[in-house]
Amino acid sequence: MTIQKTPILRTDHLKTFYVLEMYGNRKTIKAVNDVDLNIYEDEIYGIAGESGCGKTTLLKALFTDIYPPLRLVGGKVYYRISDKEEIDATALSQEEKRKLRLVYISNIPQGSMSVLNPVLKIKETYKDFIGSHFVSEVRTPINQPAAKTYNDFIAGHTPWRSREEILEQARQQIAEFGLPKNVLEVYPHQLSGGMRQRVTIALASLMKPRIMIGDEPTTALDVVVQRGVIQMLKEIQKNLKNTIVIVSHDMGVQANIADRIGIMYAGKIVEESTSERIFGQPMHPYTKFLINSLPKFGDKHLRSSVPGSPPSLADLPDGCPFHPRCPQVMDICRRQMPDFSRPAENHKVACWLYGDGKHGNAA
Amino acid sequence: METLLEVQELTKRYSQGNVLARIIFTAVDRINFFIRPAEIFTLAGESGCGKTTTANMILGFEEPSSGKILHNGHLQKRGEKVWRTEGVQAIFQDPFCTFNPLRTVDSYFHETVHNYRLARSKKDVTDWIDRKLRLVGLTYQEFAGKYPSEFSGGQLQRVSIARALLTDPKLIIADEPVSMVDASLRMSIVNLFKKLRDELGVSILYITHDLATAYYVSDRIAIMFRGNIVEMGTVEKVLMNPKHPYSKLLRDSIPEADPKRRWTTGVVLSELEQEEYLRRGCKFAGRCSGAKDLCKSALPVDMYVDEVLVKCHEYCGDSKN
Repeated sequence: MTIQKTPILRTDHLKTFYVLEMYGNRKTIKAVNDVDLNIYEDEIYGIAGESGCGKTTLLKALFTDIYPPLRLVGGKVYYRISDKEEIDATALSQEEKRKLRLVYISNIPQGSMSVLNPVLKIKETYKDFIGSHFVSEVRTPINQPAAKTYNDFIAGHTPWRSREEILEQARQQIAEFGLPKNVLEVYPHQLSGGMRQRVTIALASLMKPRIMIGDEPTTALDVVVQRGVIQMLKEIQKNLKNTIVIVSHDMGVQANIADRIGIMYAGKIVEESTSERIFGQPMHPYTKFLINSLPKFGDKHLRSSVPGSPPSLADLPDGCPFHPRCPQVMDICRRQMPDFSRPAENHKVACWLYGDGKHGNAA
Repeated sequence: METLLEVQELTKRYSQGNVLARIIFTAVDRINFFIRPAEIFTLAGESGCGKTTTANMILGFEEPSSGKILHNGHLQKRGEKVWRTEGVQAIFQDPFCTFNPLRTVDSYFHETVHNYRLARSKKDVTDWIDRKLRLVGLTYQEFAGKYPSEFSGGQLQRVSIARALLTDPKLIIADEPVSMVDASLRMSIVNLFKKLRDELGVSILYITHDLATAYYVSDRIAIMFRGNIVEMGTVEKVLMNPKHPYSKLLRDSIPEADPKRRWTTGVVLSELEQEEYLRRGCKFAGRCSGAKDLCKSALPVDMYVDEVLVKCHEYCGDSKN
């Protein structure tokens, strides 16, 4: 695995909170709390953690899909759209974001049944997807100077297409992925769950995006189909040499697909490394729990799950958010959030158990 | 041999379309199995293989097309509401769908205790509920007056298990109880099943597609594929040394938490579910690498190989049957 030094997707102290106001009471849910991510080109980056730890919100922020009650409180999301240019995605207008989507960054949603329109044949959905990106581009000029480079970037991809050409492209893609030919002519409910999920992934990779973001793309599928879907994602990544960000709570899935893994807990990344190191030498007690809680074949010994339940993001404990569940808790854990220490070049962990005393106040 | 539940030649057919173009497909095709007291029996297979239909027939939600279901040796009558009896209770996949979001969770408990006349006085009722909640690691205080949205998924699933335990059932039918729960919290649920079996002698029909937890928790397992049981036996024999090609595929598809042991070979997925159901011979023939002509024309018979039931032509080649 080669790591280029220029990240394609970068966040800088990203903070997105849900701010709820009810009868004058202000409630802040710190879903993404100070996250620094560097995701490089040509890699699969996995984000793992329990439900309710802010994974989905982080993806929303990466996708700059931020609507109230979700608010961007601080930090920035950067996309590298060419070798030299890096743009601040949070400053883009709605129309600019729309144009980047599917072409530069695309999303693989979780529930494939609610993605595909149940009353339209698959080919109509294809037409919608492709059509929205080709036909309307010419009409709306982008005037803001900040978006000029990006306008050029888009324009390279967007000649006008006729309906027939769109269908031809869809057929080609279906054949490429080895999906059955009649898939375009059927309605979503006629497909099995796995086939539907694969059609959704095919749609997401339609315009050969540089970044694909998958929110639990294999959850709620059974194991054989899950394996097929992972296989397909890996193939896409190999062919397009793009970046895939996968969110999944299943460490088995992460081990099979990700090159690098970030472990997320209570809105923060607590450990990040290559998957070999995460599974070979996990350091954070939470990571150890996540890996050890998986049952293994040939071993019927009693396995324990992570004790307790995840903290409420609206009411985080002081210090390290994991300390109420941590078996190795120390005094300082209750008072202060540890900074990242780097046990190896590509490994960082936020835990007081490690490091050389250079811990700061915030991770 | 004492059996708590016995299923004989159970069949469910569904028909689709109108009079002129009717497709009849068999969702569950003549399956036989039994569950002993204090045993966890797993029914495993991919989605759309007939697991849930089987559970629904056992619970009396659906009418079998043919075949028998025997509870404790008594034949289940047509239309009998088994889920209303004390001996059999059910746990479902999504705990947030199990409870009405506008009702407090404890109201379900009070209702059940009242309906089955399990306790009289107010204090007895609370004690009874508290006792059942303690089995799943919760207490009455932390649960009273709360709405489903105030629990986490894992907690609510444990609440739903406590609800099933209220009537002291002998058999619990758990339909995919862990598939909506985080991988890290799954173990708390399956450990609970082990505890129920060992301490209370409850039998559990554990329906899942997750073979890793199935291996961990169950005593015997049946692997279903498109309405047929293709392999059945003790978990050690079936999962450590699978014989049917489909069981092998299932076994190999479990993601291992080890990046050095990733999958190297590809996998063929089914295209349209109905096509496989309507297949005349072995339903797996379309995806099986060792499929012969015989597999495509005739359904194999059940054979016992090393005390494991296998439904595959490869193992009945000698007897020409």
